[in-house]
Amino acid sequence: MRRHLDRLRGWLFLPFVFFSLTIPCFADVAPRVDTGDTAWIMISSALVFFMMPGLAFFYGGLVRKKNVLSILMQCFVTICLISLQWFLFGYSLTFGPDVNGVIGNFAWAGLRGVGLEPFPAYAPTIPHQAFMLYQAMFAVITPALILGAFAERMKFSAFCVFMVLWSTFVYNPVTHWIWGLGGFLRQAGTLDFAGGLVVHVNAGIAALAAALYMGRRQGFPLRISPPHNLPLAVLGAGMLWFGWFGFNAGSALCSGQLAVSAFVATHAAGSAAGLTWGILDWIFNKRPTVLGMITGAVGGLAAVTPASGFVNLWGALAIGVGVSMICYWVVVFVKAKFAYDDSLDVFGVHGMGGIWGSIAVGLFGTQAVNPAGANGLFYGGHTAQLVVQLKATAMTTVYSLLATFLLLWVVDHLIGLRVSESDERIGLDLTQHREVGYTLLD
Amino acid sequence: MKYIVAVIQPDRVDEVLRLLEEKEIHLVTVSQVLGRGRQKGIAEVYRSHKEAGALLKKIKLEIAVNDDFVQTTLEAIVTGARTGNIGDGKIFVFDLKDCLRIRTGETGGAAIG
Repeated sequence: MRRHLDRLRGWLFLPFVFFSLTIPCFADVAPRVDTGDTAWIMISSALVFFMMPGLAFFYGGLVRKKNVLSILMQCFVTICLISLQWFLFGYSLTFGPDVNGVIGNFAWAGLRGVGLEPFPAYAPTIPHQAFMLYQAMFAVITPALILGAFAERMKFSAFCVFMVLWSTFVYNPVTHWIWGLGGFLRQAGTLDFAGGLVVHVNAGIAALAAALYMGRRQGFPLRISPPHNLPLAVLGAGMLWFGWFGFNAGSALCSGQLAVSAFVATHAAGSAAGLTWGILDWIFNKRPTVLGMITGAVGGLAAVTPASGFVNLWGALAIGVGVSMICYWVVVFVKAKFAYDDSLDVFGVHGMGGIWGSIAVGLFGTQAVNPAGANGLFYGGHTAQLVVQLKATAMTTVYSLLATFLLLWVVDHLIGLRVSESDERIGLDLTQHREVGYTLLD
Repeated sequence: MKYIVAVIQPDRVDEVLRLLEEKEIHLVTVSQVLGRGRQKGIAEVYRSHKEAGALLKKIKLEIAVNDDFVQTTLEAIVTGARTGNIGDGKIFVFDLKDCLRIRTGETGGAAIG
């Protein structure tokens, strides 16, 4: 009897879980295209796309002069490769008809059946293709985040193969678990508003795996390589911040109140985190640094991503202040202790930021902001949601770590991951692309 | 003939060039260089990773002069570059064996001015 009751409760709960991301905007809305919502999602898609050149310049400014083009190239080839992967079969594997809660099938491959009418279970007021396009931008930027971990040492050919494999075997399934209809973590009630687990934990942990598998750059950690162009990195960080409004506020999948709330939370957390890192720098290094401040801001934006649609201003500020403290500790002390060469601190900032933000949903989430969310520990929700979040974070972490290791091993044995020592010394721009970013004369 | 090499602070270049021009010394080669002196540079910090004694930016002036201009040149550089603070720079004076103006083929002191 008890078992039957439990099952009944599960079934009653299911619809709420399925519509958890969409209810506040579209409660009782019949599936019909809303032009305002569609306009906002198209703009949001473009905003998220704008994060790609932002990321390229953020990372590009932080590497040495001789490797700047390799970073820009890796970002741009990721756009082309993964967009096509997404249209051809990635979207179907991620959001298509469920197979055992683990992955979608190929029914929507080549966008078969993904038309201009809404698909109500994902978003009832925008064309299905608009939802697909918006998600394509997430699919593109997530693997691109990882490249910061192995910057300045991976072969371009290996990079291309690794990106497609990682998207197919890590991004597509993990995103299905959390956002896809029937995904097992979604059914367990996991809350991830704009991709804290899907994007930041997933990519951050993959980055750690890549840094460990690839090994350190020559000279690390005795000789550091200062960023070759910090103004470029600041420009990139600014573009990322700008794009993040589409990333988080667009995840409301409508242009309603929830989008505004997510926008506020996003901006608040980014600001608080940037300032906190600046203050930590001031305390520990006697000077607030530019790189520190932009690092903090990016960390804050990453951390608030999963929570942006579930927390109020105070939750966002707590996430922002907390993430800089956590990431500062990891980047400065933990990385130094274990001496792994995560070139641009992708694990330290995105990985740890995503983990903190995903757990923070279980602490600061409140249904006053989003009835489809849950009350966290500090809003009378006890530990139920916190446990759900911890489990989902652990699942994502373990899978991403192991699967990424395996894929790196496969690519390493197929074509070799690392450039030769002399190529690394000369730089990837010249050895991989026969181009240089800056000429001495003219 | 002497070859004068001066390493000075970047923000003193304009003043030194102005004083040299006042003394009718117009020919000078200027380059941006990196270096350090007794103060051992200034530490840089990137995400709390300190690089002690990073090299400082300096300007190197190279001037070839005939012997009767040596003292004037040295005075102009010292006057223009001195702030009294550490890192004001140094001047090196070399004997210059010969000089050749490419356009005309003149050599020696006639080629310098």
